[in-house]
Formats: sequence, C-alpha cells, structure tokens
Amino acid sequence: MSNGAIIETRDLRKVYRVGHVDVPALRGVDLEVQPGEFLSVVGPSGSGKSTLFHIIGGLTPPTAGEVRVDGRNLAALSDAGRTRIRRGTVGFVFQKFNLLPNLTARDNIAVARHIAGLGGKPDPAFDEVLRLLGIAGRLGHKPNALSGGEQQRVAIARAIVNHPAILLADEPTGNLDSENSKAVLEVMRDLNQRLGQTILMITHNPEAAAYGHSTVHMRDGRIVERTGAAS
Amino acid sequence: MTGRLVLENLKNRPMRSLLSILLIGVPVTLILTLAGLTQGMLMDSQNRQRGVGADVIVRGKTTTSVINFSGASIPMGMVELVQHEPHVKLAMGVINHPIDLPLVITGIDVAKFNRMTGGFTFDEGRPLQGPDDILVDRFYAEQHHAHAGQTISLMGHAWHIAGVIEPGKLARLVVQMPTLQNLDAATGKIGQIYVKVDDPANINLVVDELRGLLRDYPVNSMADYTAMWNVNQIPAIKEFTMVVVAIGVVIGIAVVCLSMYMAVLQRTREIGILKALGASKGFILSIILIEATLLGAGGTILGIVFSFGAQWLIRTLVPASFQMAIVYDWWPRAALIILTAAILGALYPGLSAARHDPIEALAYE
Repeated sequence: MSNGAIIETRDLRKVYRVGHVDVPALRGVDLEVQPGEFLSVVGPSGSGKSTLFHIIGGLTPPTAGEVRVDGRNLAALSDAGRTRIRRGTVGFVFQKFNLLPNLTARDNIAVARHIAGLGGKPDPAFDEVLRLLGIAGRLGHKPNALSGGEQQRVAIARAIVNHPAILLADEPTGNLDSENSKAVLEVMRDLNQRLGQTILMITHNPEAAAYGHSTVHMRDGRIVERTGAAS
Repeated sequence: MTGRLVLENLKNRPMRSLLSILLIGVPVTLILTLAGLTQGMLMDSQNRQRGVGADVIVRGKTTTSVINFSGASIPMGMVELVQHEPHVKLAMGVINHPIDLPLVITGIDVAKFNRMTGGFTFDEGRPLQGPDDILVDRFYAEQHHAHAGQTISLMGHAWHIAGVIEPGKLARLVVQMPTLQNLDAATGKIGQIYVKVDDPANINLVVDELRGLLRDYPVNSMADYTAMWNVNQIPAIKEFTMVVVAIGVVIGIAVVCLSMYMAVLQRTREIGILKALGASKGFILSIILIEATLLGAGGTILGIVFSFGAQWLIRTLVPASFQMAIVYDWWPRAALIILTAAILGALYPGLSAARHDPIEALAYE
C-alpha cells in the first residue's frame, strides 16, 4: 500500500453508535491522493464526506480499514498520535472559519505555530503567503472586525503556517457570498499551484469542486465516481 | 502565547472573571480576618499587660490558661506577703470581672496603680474618686459613644464615668477594687498580683522566691507571661483556624470549579479549534489551570485588600471589643491555600475540557 500517494485509504469503514443502533457512515472507501493534488469531494448530506474528512484529519479513528496520511497509518495511532498528525501533517479550514474569537488574526496564526512547538512568529517567507491571501494589512484585527472572506483567508493562513503536507477544507465557501467564495477558491488554487500544497476540499458546490484537479463523488458512505485527472 | 490566550480569555469575559475573583477573595478575607483578629487581640492584651510596668505576675491557682484570669482566688493578704519579699519594690493586687467578652472590668488599688504605672493618661474627665466611678478607655468610649460625666449600667450597677483614658494600661474599664469585690461577693480576694522588682537583674530571683513561697500559684516574669500570649497557648484557637481555613479551601474549590466549568462550557468550540490545531490534552489542561491560578492570584490580592477593609470596619465599629492586625505572614499562606484550592477546583473542568471530542466540540453552538 505504497505508491507515492500522500493520502491512501483501503476499505475504510466508520460506524457510529447512536443509542443502541449502529449507523454506518463509511462503507468501504478506497482513495488515493497524490502529493500536490487538489481533490474535491462532493456528495449529498449523509454521504460520508465529512466522516472521511475527519478520519483523514486524525480527528476520529476509523472503525476498520486502513488510512495512510503522509506515510503513517492513522488506524494504528493512539489519540496522542493523531494529535501529532493534526499538529504537523494536516491543516484544517472549516465552513464556519473557527477562528479563536478573542485573538487577533496574527495571534490566531501564531497559536497554530505555538501548538506545533515552532514559536509564535511565522518565518519571513510566510509574509509572501499573507500577501497572496490579501490579509497582510488585517492581521491586527480580531475576527469580529473581519469580513467572512477575510476570516476564511486568515483560517487558511493558520492552516498552512506550519507547512502541513495536506490542507483539508470542509465547505470552505459554505458561509461566503459568491465574490468571497471565488476569492477564497482562487487563493486555494494559487496555494496549490505556487506552493504545491496538497488540498482535499469537501463541497456541495459544483462550481467550487471544479477548482480541483479531480472530483470524488460520494453516496451512502462509498465513493461512486471519480472525475477529472490527478495532477 | 499560552499566557496571551489565557489573558484574552479573562479579558473577554470580564464579568465572569471579576465575579470569580470576588468570590475567591471572600475566603481569603475570611482567613486573613480570623488570623488578624486572633493576632490583634493577643497583641492588644500583651500590650495592656506590658503597660502595667510590672516585672512579675502571680495568678490565681484556679487559672486554666494564659488568657483566663480566673476568679478572685487569691487572698488579699498575699499582696502584703509578696510586698515583704526581698527585692520586691511594689506588689499590687487587681480583680477582674468579665462582662461582654472579651471586655473585662478591672478593679484596682488606685494609689498603687499610679505608683506602678505612672497613672493613666486622660482624654476626658478625672481620676477615680468615688466608689461608683468608672474609667473607660478611648476605644470603649468610641464604641459606646461614652463621655465623662455620663452614667452607664454594667453588672447591674450604675457607674459614673469619671474619665476617658488612653488605652494600653491593663484594662478598658477600670473601677475601685473594693466596689468590684463587693459586687462579686469577693471581699478580701483578688485575681492577680503584679510585682515591681527593685532591679531588673533580680526578676528571676524574685520569681524563684515567689514560686517557693506560693507553691500552688502560677508565678511568671512578665516577659515570660506576655510571651505566652500566642495562638498555641489558647485552647481550640488553632483548631478553629483550621476549620475556617478548611471552609476557605472548600469555598475556593467550589467557586473555581463552577467558574472554570462555566468557562469550559462557554469555550467548548474554542477548545475544539485548539484540538483540531493539534493541541494536546496537557496543553488544554494547562490553559485551564493557568487561568484558575490567575483567578486565584487575583482573589488573593482582592482578599488582602478586603482584609484592610475588614480592619477598618472593626476599628470603626467595635474598637473596644475586637482588634484586628494585618497579618503579613499569613499573606503567602492564604495565597498558597487559595491557589491550591483554585488548582484543585480547576482540575475537573480542565480534565473534562482536555477529554473533549474535537468533532463534537467543533459542532458545539
């Protein structure tokens, strides 16, 4: 199970226990994502795409199957091991931005570096990323003083400040108007093209999905189709 | 960065932070006030005993502790006996009658008292003359709005306030000894004998002589006697202090636990964000513990400030009944007690936060 893929899952299954009932969320997912690929995952609600996002991001363990991220088998990792994966290997962008409301944009970015043990201040090269994101002049503001688009761009900056192998984005444009959605998607495409950032993006929006090199379609906990070509 | 995260959390919920500090400050004030009252009243008693100017004290044989003056169990004739011992310059008997504790009326032999102490300093009025005259000290006068020339009723007896005296010499309320002996049906009896020695170098000699002469009566140099006025010599005060400290710890734990539990609930989503960023359980726990420690430190500082307020209130409202010292040596103890309580109180909410499932926490609204 090693062909250079940065994300690789085999027969990945996840069952949630709701009361006394087992609810399968993933029913055997096989997926490969190559380094530098921008993959979109689409599907209706309940198709399992968020569960796949959570497992690949190390937020929850799978029930069965294998999942390798940057060469490490997450299924075999403890909670502490998955925490280390989140700290250094993956970066998250959420639909609701999920910035810490009490901290400025600068501190929201710094806290990710602090948690990763890299010190609060980003390396000078990161200034270029901030310019690319168009938030260099907004870093002293707290989230409630930023527009939705600016908040999401700060969240992207926070997600990549530690140079993670993979950027996981869950409906990154779900709370944005079309103008800001476009800006955020273009930023993500820029990051992918200029920095080679691997991106796995979940979305309901076909236009957003079109920004990826390829699109995985999910239904009822399974991948039913993969369109487009891997980079 | 951790510090900034904690400080911003405290700053952005000012009402919760201030209320927590206020509530943590209450047990600190309680502890410092109790310790301050204990120390203040002991120091006041020491000072008034020293103010007599005696070198040796003979107490009644029924006395049970250093702060207990016992009844009038010493025959007055013993004063003359002591007076005739070598190196004794002056022996003076006094009788005490407790009224509203800790207040005591003391009956004195005015002439001997003046010889031994140099007499009272008067703020108002004149010395004792008639049998129903009473002197009250400034603290008592302030507390009871008493002035020279007024009549007060104590022990079911009407007393004429002859004067208001400066505190610091033996008693707050002073009357003629025979009157108090009659009221107590203790004619010919006294409670203590204060002895002035001809030369300080002979104090130990006189103590030894008197111990030989008065075998059943506690005899001490005034230096030893006043040194005995400490917490360890007062029955049950240490235990009482321990109980108050324990109550303080329980209040501190409860307040911090409740406050931090609320904080964790309010910040569930933020904890989820931190966990998604890779924050370890230890990091989450440390944020909660540092925040609780800061609240504890704030509460300790506020409690110290409040203890000055308590001292002012006591001095203003009941200066004769209670004296409160500012107990600097208790500040670090109170801080340690409350910080320990704060950390203990924050452990449950902290561990609960550290165990949050990041997905559930991120979905929390």
